[in-house]
Amino acid sequence: MEPTWNSILPLIFMAVMGLSLLAYVILDGYDLGVGILLPFADDAEKDIMVSSIGPFWDANETWLVLGIGVLLVAFPMAHGLVLSALYLPVALMLLGLILRGVSFDFRVKARASHKAIWNTLFAAGSLLSAMAQGWMLGSYLTGFDTGLWALLFAAGIALTLPTAYAMLGAGWLIMKTWDGLQLKAVRWARAVLWPMGVALLGISLATPLVSPQVFDKWFSMPQFLGLLPIPVACAAAFFAAFHVINRPKVVAAGYGWVVFASTVLIFMLAFLGLAYSIYPYIVIDRMTVWQAASAHESLVVIFIGVAITLPVIIVYTIFMYRVFWGRAVALSYGAPPAADT
Amino acid sequence: MDPLLLSRIQFAANISFHILFPSINIALCWFLVYFRLRHTAARGTPQAQGWEEAYYLWTKIFALSFALGVVSGITMSFQFGTNWPGYMEKAGNIAGPLLGYEVLTAFFLEATFLGVMLFGRGRVSERMHLVATLMVAGGTTLSAFWILSLNSWMQTPAGYTILDGRMHAANWLEIVFNPSFPYRLAHKLLASTLTASFLIAGLSAWQLLKNTANAGTHRALRTAVIAAAIAIPIQIIAGDAHGLNTLEHQPAKIAAIEGIWHTEKSAPLTLFGWPNEKEGRTDYAVQVPKLASLILAHDLDAELKGLDEFPGTHPPVAPVFWSFRVMVGVGMLMLAVAWWSAWTLWRRRGRAVPDLAPAAESTPFSRWQLRVLAAMTFSGWLATLAGWYVTEIGRQPFLVYGLLRTADLVAAHPPAMVLSTLIAYLAVYAFLLVSYVGVLMYMAQHPAQQTLPASPQSPRAAMPVGGPA
Repeated sequence: MEPTWNSILPLIFMAVMGLSLLAYVILDGYDLGVGILLPFADDAEKDIMVSSIGPFWDANETWLVLGIGVLLVAFPMAHGLVLSALYLPVALMLLGLILRGVSFDFRVKARASHKAIWNTLFAAGSLLSAMAQGWMLGSYLTGFDTGLWALLFAAGIALTLPTAYAMLGAGWLIMKTWDGLQLKAVRWARAVLWPMGVALLGISLATPLVSPQVFDKWFSMPQFLGLLPIPVACAAAFFAAFHVINRPKVVAAGYGWVVFASTVLIFMLAFLGLAYSIYPYIVIDRMTVWQAASAHESLVVIFIGVAITLPVIIVYTIFMYRVFWGRAVALSYGAPPAADT
Repeated sequence: MDPLLLSRIQFAANISFHILFPSINIALCWFLVYFRLRHTAARGTPQAQGWEEAYYLWTKIFALSFALGVVSGITMSFQFGTNWPGYMEKAGNIAGPLLGYEVLTAFFLEATFLGVMLFGRGRVSERMHLVATLMVAGGTTLSAFWILSLNSWMQTPAGYTILDGRMHAANWLEIVFNPSFPYRLAHKLLASTLTASFLIAGLSAWQLLKNTANAGTHRALRTAVIAAAIAIPIQIIAGDAHGLNTLEHQPAKIAAIEGIWHTEKSAPLTLFGWPNEKEGRTDYAVQVPKLASLILAHDLDAELKGLDEFPGTHPPVAPVFWSFRVMVGVGMLMLAVAWWSAWTLWRRRGRAVPDLAPAAESTPFSRWQLRVLAAMTFSGWLATLAGWYVTEIGRQPFLVYGLLRTADLVAAHPPAMVLSTLIAYLAVYAFLLVSYVGVLMYMAQHPAQQTLPASPQSPRAAMPVGGPA
């Protein structure tokens, strides 16, 4: 295809959408992971865990809205097709996100005797969202096939995506907490690292088997050699995380961030591999990026908006993370009224 | 059951639940900016504490409402695709960019700076914190701008061309500033001001009745009463202008609102009655002769178009007719209560507002007045919902007025699946609504409650400035 402005613009939007969803999976992934781990902590630790994600979760979830927004804006044809095929998991994910998001606020504002209920809903909502997202990914990769193998494949991802999120969450807590809770987070990371690794390997091997096109893309020369760095780097990152969480001294020496960084790297590499497998389709084997794209003049209008605002969004997101850099503290809305003290 | 009806109920339930929270927050955030500025201006005086207390309680309520608004808003962005895929296929070229700009310019802004606004005091300078608060307030209002632009475009489409059955943008300025947009935006921003005002006034009155008031309560109450008293007459004028605009662009909606069945000159205004769509008349109608012509056309003899001119393209009459009367009724009640309360403030203006831990008897309002204000706490919600039903049901049977029919755009899902998710959504929404109102009451009774046991502090972290969130 001739590389013209008309054919490049849909690709740019595919990239923006992909990166938004990657940002979502990593950012909301860690706070969903913290939610999934919540039932394993005691009450005081629960407060710190929630405090560690407090200032961030709203903005983290916004990346999902952007990803879906770009799908809707740039690829309206695929938007309806994908979302109506994923009707049930989307509904479950939304119910999970609703329960989780509101429990975060309710748990500290409701009367103390109700706090346990909101904690439970927070954890259950996080788990439900993570599983539903796994189901969506699995169903998407099989081209919304409803045969037995495809359903088993989707169910497999649904069961294992929560472990990957829990790994991100544990990595986050290792960075943001200290002493007892940090040690606990290291233990949690040890517990979910292997299930995550096995799941990742399983998905990577199963995807080419489910789709012959994907198989050809990966296992023909010389592409295979060029792609080799992806699994190799993935294995290295996995080993780095494994190394650190098995040596409490390394964590104590201040290298706990390696766990989170390696997990993020694994997510990025998996995403890269996935993007390579799918390209140039937006609905696998059915609709390419160009077939699904919106009218050119609409893409131009929104491209201008993206080009201006996305860098600004990234700048103020970094600013916000810098403001809350360092260990988590109990969250506060400001100076307490006199009646309190 | 009919999947169209189920999808419509599901979407209606979702937007009805969602709109409750932005309706509060669009204006509440500007109230917070005001409390902050008053606090800064009063620094070093005893009044500062009162403004700080008002800011503290209402920030908590803002944060909770924001969370509910965000999660229900995310649900909406997905339901366009899951339930109405035809809408994006046909109108995505126009609806898409408007929604995209909302996310890019507003949603990220408010969600990101919210963290700094809520939890950043003590971590950033006072000035930076004020900037963050302004960003959240501006983002919330900007969000309303884009969403109302899209909503108005669906009511009064402009600036488009149709190629191969799909709509394409021809003129973005005409699309964004379509004929009903300025009216709808003004009407909605004022509605939010009133919703937040009556919420603040009502909850503060309730605190005074329950003897849980603090110095912040009086300041919040006074601010809210004055804001409501100023906003309500402007809202009535804006509503009237919006109605005239609707008459010009969507006469079928007006005919349903007024229950005008046949085109007639000197049309009477139906105050109440029972719309009987089968027979094409309003039973038990209480009417004022010629008044509808006077109000809508500002002429006693003007001809108004009746529903008979729009066979098959007018909305169901009874829900539009009734919703409109609920909205106007609540509006009139707001006018009476706001002016009565403002009058009381004016008469007793000499009385100083107590600075610290005031008792209930120091309020200028009588107990009866406080009870009325407390009863009106959620009146804004009632009027807002009724108003949205008027305009949204009034758009039917179209999704984009005159161009795309709702029935043609719905996804053909098995009814059982739509029904089961509908029941799940309704159960969650009902549970959350009850919890929200319950927690608001609880917070009002414990305005400065330490709701968390003090958490252990990190040795490296800065000490938090105040009580836990």
